[in-house]
Amino acid sequence: MSVAAAFFYLFAFVLVGSAFMVISSRNPVQSVLFLILAFVNAAGLFLLIGAEFLGLILVVVYVGAVAVLFLFVVMMLDVDFVELRQGFLQYLPVGVLVGLVFLAELVLVVGAWATGPGISAAVSAGAVAGHVSEVGNVQAIAKVLYTDYIYFFQAAGFVLLVAMIGAIVLTLRHKVNVKRQNISAQVARTPEAAIKVVKVRPGQGL
Amino acid sequence: MEIGLSHYLTVAAILFTLGTLGIFLNRKNVIVILMSIELILLAVNINLVSFSAFLGNLTGQVFALLVLTVAAAEAAIGLAILVVFYRSRGSIAVEDINAMKG
Repeated sequence: MSVAAAFFYLFAFVLVGSAFMVISSRNPVQSVLFLILAFVNAAGLFLLIGAEFLGLILVVVYVGAVAVLFLFVVMMLDVDFVELRQGFLQYLPVGVLVGLVFLAELVLVVGAWATGPGISAAVSAGAVAGHVSEVGNVQAIAKVLYTDYIYFFQAAGFVLLVAMIGAIVLTLRHKVNVKRQNISAQVARTPEAAIKVVKVRPGQGL
Repeated sequence: MEIGLSHYLTVAAILFTLGTLGIFLNRKNVIVILMSIELILLAVNINLVSFSAFLGNLTGQVFALLVLTVAAAEAAIGLAILVVFYRSRGSIAVEDINAMKG
């Protein structure tokens, strides 16, 4: 068994095992941590297959942002997760049944997969000049992403912008009884409005 | 034994199945359902990337990048909705989310 095959099996088994632990773990914090492990191993698979850019993006985006967001929300919400697990075993048979049907169908599809006669010619004709072997994965993706797929790239940017604004709008709360500094009112103060000069006669006081 | 396309497709299939199974098993817990959706999207990404790598066409990887973007946006919005819902109801059980029921 070559080194690449050994690493493939390592990443694949840890990926599947941690994905199983994500859905079966008792504590959601553990679920999130196993999700991180699954993403790291998927990134390893991507590196192994030659998609370095996506593997590293997976680490940065998923492990760095999404999983930490999950962890943050799980820890911030004070929820009784034991109560939420009621009925876990009740749904187990139908879940396993549907899962097995899915898996059988997918394995059948994978087993029966074949390239159509015209497909491979079309694919190699559409293959980008400067594929992985010539300039490297990151440069090759950049060459197509900023030229052929520039509109999709911009649309992805808009999706992220809308998601960011939406998340802020949803979760931002204005508290009513918080005393805030009103800077324009402070700046607009004049000496006339701020102080009052009182002439005090000697010996009489105010 | 050489690692081929079908190895990667099998891993993706198992991952997809585990994701759907997770939605079935944890149907009271929105957070785990969201994590299962992430697993499903990861399986889709593995499919796209492995086809892209074995067919020698980069379009699949660009598409996987877009899937990644949408998944990140979905997680952010979903968790924001979850936080807002928890503030107003004090619970995130799925069966309590029925205010729209007629």
